[in-house]
Amino acid sequence: MQSNRLGWILLAPTLVILFFFGVLPFIYVVYVSFHQWNPFAADPTMIFNGADNFRKIVFDTEFLNSVGVTVLFVLFAVISELVVGYILAQAFMKEFPGKAIFRTIHTLPLIMAPIIVGSVWKLMMTPSIGIIPHYLNEWFGITVNIGMSPVAAFTTIIVMDIWHWTPLVTLTLIAALVSLPPDPFKQAQIDGANKRQIFFHITVPMIAPAVVATVFIRLMDALRTVDEVWMLTGGGPGSATRFVGVHIFKEVFPKTNYGYGSTISVIVLYLTIVACWLLYVTMLAPRNKKE
Amino acid sequence: MKKNNPIIAIVFWSLVSFLTLFPIYWLFVISVKPAVQLFSTPDVMLSDPYWGNYAKVWGDRLLRSYMVNSLVISTGNALLCTILGFFACYALSRFKMAGKESLFFWTITNRMAPPAVFLLPLFLLMTQVYAVGDFRLLDTRIGMILVYCTFNLPFAIWTLRPTLDGIPKELDEAAYVDGASSWKVITEIVFPLCRPGLAVTLILTWVFAWNEYLLAATLTNFNARTLTTGLSEYVTTTGTEWGIMATISVFTLIPALIVFGLVQKHIVAGLTFGAVKG
Repeated sequence: MQSNRLGWILLAPTLVILFFFGVLPFIYVVYVSFHQWNPFAADPTMIFNGADNFRKIVFDTEFLNSVGVTVLFVLFAVISELVVGYILAQAFMKEFPGKAIFRTIHTLPLIMAPIIVGSVWKLMMTPSIGIIPHYLNEWFGITVNIGMSPVAAFTTIIVMDIWHWTPLVTLTLIAALVSLPPDPFKQAQIDGANKRQIFFHITVPMIAPAVVATVFIRLMDALRTVDEVWMLTGGGPGSATRFVGVHIFKEVFPKTNYGYGSTISVIVLYLTIVACWLLYVTMLAPRNKKE
Repeated sequence: MKKNNPIIAIVFWSLVSFLTLFPIYWLFVISVKPAVQLFSTPDVMLSDPYWGNYAKVWGDRLLRSYMVNSLVISTGNALLCTILGFFACYALSRFKMAGKESLFFWTITNRMAPPAVFLLPLFLLMTQVYAVGDFRLLDTRIGMILVYCTFNLPFAIWTLRPTLDGIPKELDEAAYVDGASSWKVITEIVFPLCRPGLAVTLILTWVFAWNEYLLAATLTNFNARTLTTGLSEYVTTTGTEWGIMATISVFTLIPALIVFGLVQKHIVAGLTFGAVKG
């Protein structure tokens, strides 16, 4: 066996880059999170205030509200994406003419930049020029105004997210379904299991790792989303779509409350890591059992 | 495979495709409308397209240079991340280094950081610390290539790891027995075997870098500005130039489409972090 030195040499460039552009900024953010600091104020000195920011965060209703909204968003969006994605993946398991073309079309949203997705939906939903509010009003007499109605804004964001990310779920589930061995299914049919039993006792456990991986990726990205939401609703109306990513953005940029913004980031990053770590361990569990 | 009525499948998929394509189609419709028509009754069908926005965007030297910047930055970043990710994964998969699994998980935590707050430290580092003489990393293409590594390098490592784990160690060992050097084993034996995984990683990191907005908007101001930041320049206090914005979006979309189309079939493996053994 070769020496571990070569291993470290191969890893070195990666570690160096991540250190200079990931770790150092992180240390800086942690440092700032213990200070009261507004770099653009008349008095831009950093004032050390111990754990005050951390104490404040626990009682900060705006922050807690943004966490609540984010959790709600992740739940709604990811569950819908899993259900729709599963149905579509199953539909792709059958042969039909034009399958390749339909699959390509279905993957298109994935490659679109979040900022563009945000602007597309803005173009479609903005009351004065958008096509969707116009026809909803003309055909059904429903008035939808994402600038006024919190429910409309939140729903639009969810629909946008489903539109943007369901293809990822579908692709992942197709990969999982294709790699399933046929034997357990045949065996279950011989034993007289019905469709529902087969789904819950065989399909679900076997595609579970793929599902967890998808949730991992979606959760990780949903918690840091800014572009799309910022473009579409700017976090409003009120705080209806102010997800944590947007909340931090607002705290840092328009309010320039940098010290406190850093504290929120540290907490959010910590929570994200914990949640993702738990998912990661779950994802690995079946594989480790086998070994 | 089950035999099903193909008509139902085609009708079903046409409907799904319509829902998928409509927003993209609408983007195009807006881009070929003169500004005055935007506020009249929205018309679903395209009649009498107006190419003025395209002429304006294409004729804009600034936007053309943004496009070149975007191309250079995403290509440079994708290549760098794929190559470094490959080396890192080789190390993680072949050596018994202490704490390597924690290190592996740690890499992805770099991607989880909420970006808004990290903009300032990166800005400060790139203006004041990472500077040699008159040269500063801020607003340079190389600077952006390195900054994008924070989210693309972890992704590359997580995508490539299963590929490398899937190549039997016996292959390397046999080559070592034959007297090959480490460099030769890595570049001539393992590297070619990873080609499909590497291609997927390259494309996905390219698309992520191409699409990035927030970092580019803050860490560049002229020389290295990218196409996505060009978008937001048309959202002004005096009103939004919707047509131009839609046109730039179309311009941003096309290269990503072409690149993605090339590897469409192989893309799945890269998106599952190895949860699915294809």
